[in-house]
Amino acid sequence: MSAAAISVTDLRKSYGDFQALRGIGFDIREGEVFGLLGPNGAGKTTTVEILEGYRRRDTGSIEVLGFDPQRFEIGFRERIGVVLQQSQLLPNLTVAETHRIFAGYYEQPRDIDEVIQLVGLAEKRDARVRTLSGGQKRRLDLGLALVGDPDLVFLDEPTTGFDPAARRIAWDMIRSLRSLGKTVLLTTHYLDEAQELCDRVAVLREGLIVRIGTPAELRGTSLETEIRYRKDGQDVVVRTLEPTRVLSELTAEALAAGRELEGLEVRRPTLEDVYLELVAGE
Amino acid sequence: MRLFLHQLRAEQLQFWRSREAAIFIFVFPMLLFLLLGSVYSGTISGHPAREVLLAGMLGYGAANTAFAGLGISLVIRREGGLLKRIRSTPLPAATYLGAVLVSTLLVFALQAVLLLVLGRLLYGTHVPDRLGSLALVLLFGAAAFAGLGLAVASLIRSAEGSSAAVNVILLPMAFLSGSFGPTRRYPEVLRAIGDALPLRYFIKLVNGVYLDDRAPWHYGTAAGVLAAWGVAGLVVAARRFSWEPRSA
Repeated sequence: MSAAAISVTDLRKSYGDFQALRGIGFDIREGEVFGLLGPNGAGKTTTVEILEGYRRRDTGSIEVLGFDPQRFEIGFRERIGVVLQQSQLLPNLTVAETHRIFAGYYEQPRDIDEVIQLVGLAEKRDARVRTLSGGQKRRLDLGLALVGDPDLVFLDEPTTGFDPAARRIAWDMIRSLRSLGKTVLLTTHYLDEAQELCDRVAVLREGLIVRIGTPAELRGTSLETEIRYRKDGQDVVVRTLEPTRVLSELTAEALAAGRELEGLEVRRPTLEDVYLELVAGE
Repeated sequence: MRLFLHQLRAEQLQFWRSREAAIFIFVFPMLLFLLLGSVYSGTISGHPAREVLLAGMLGYGAANTAFAGLGISLVIRREGGLLKRIRSTPLPAATYLGAVLVSTLLVFALQAVLLLVLGRLLYGTHVPDRLGSLALVLLFGAAAFAGLGLAVASLIRSAEGSSAAVNVILLPMAFLSGSFGPTRRYPEVLRAIGDALPLRYFIKLVNGVYLDDRAPWHYGTAAGVLAAWGVAGLVVAARRFSWEPRSA
């Protein structure tokens, strides 16, 4: 078991009367890809921005790479890479120039051409940033987050607004971060994204973690099985904890009547079903 | 120091690469000087009119570059998330702001030199006798306007309106302070307003050193008022400056 890159205990944060975080705790191991899931306003961005050092916590203890982020030490900033939800960086400079400027901020930057290659912008190396597409700008953001060779990368909704092809490309890049041994904390409201990328996810709702675990564990927390079929042209959906008995009764009945169970489908709930159940409340 | 020079280079690259900045901030005061210079002639209060205009344009240039240019660019950077993003890198905030300020002063220094050269070549204005003092005064004024630029950037909320808001302050100020010509014949009310503005005192300093060839310390009051404006700007900025977008 490797050491914790991030460790959070009883973290609380209020904005005026609004309690954005009502006491959350979790650990992220080195090299892990960890996802924070939840609807808008659940506290994802507040959590990430506290861990990045942008916001101060009210109470609770936090350790990120051995630092307290709110002290905002340069040594801490040397070791993190940040992709913000939205950013318009330097529109008149080229991809390579922007990387060179950011690389200059770090003690031991990576080779900029290697980074540009890694994020798939080699062909756009000398293009002005203003001419890049939305997806390419996002990849530039990722490149700039990697150019300092950080140990920990924060990605706040890295694929929001992407078309499906661009998302696939972004996913491949995030997977490549894992193979570089980086710890990644990402927020998303896409379930498939969490399922594809994350070793573990925490689901936030109204400032609390309602579930935490691997995507498979999360799916497993809902024991109900869903049985669907068609009867007289109508869709019938049965959710049950006793699929064997229900199926047996259904098939027996259909056999006796000489009918077919049209469109019969038996499935475990997807992560999405579980998630919607979790964020909707009990 | 290495980081400072690195950022200074980055700032210069950004400035000259941006067509809007290069035209509106750098070229525009020279253009105005050429236009107004072509219609001014004779003398004003015993000085060649074009030299009076040149002094006014040096004042306008300082306010345009250090107040308007710096203010607008900081708002755009803040609202676009660049300031926030820079904040998460190891570049210290003071180094970043220092490089931004020095870069602004460099741009103005070059502009001032070009204004003096243009005046000499086209309108026969004289080369300042107290070149060192003039340089000092120009730098001092530009620094005060940079303080006000930081303040205005801290007060403006969105990038869209920033250019309009800043120019609504800048152009009347330049007019009332005598950038475009002497204010002697202005109505009393306008002159009274002008007498409260920092650009008025900056132009007074430039006039004194360039036109009257006197040492800058003869203008202690003017320098004091200008410095007070600059410090007031810094105080507002220290209280209200934000690295994060306001309108998000």
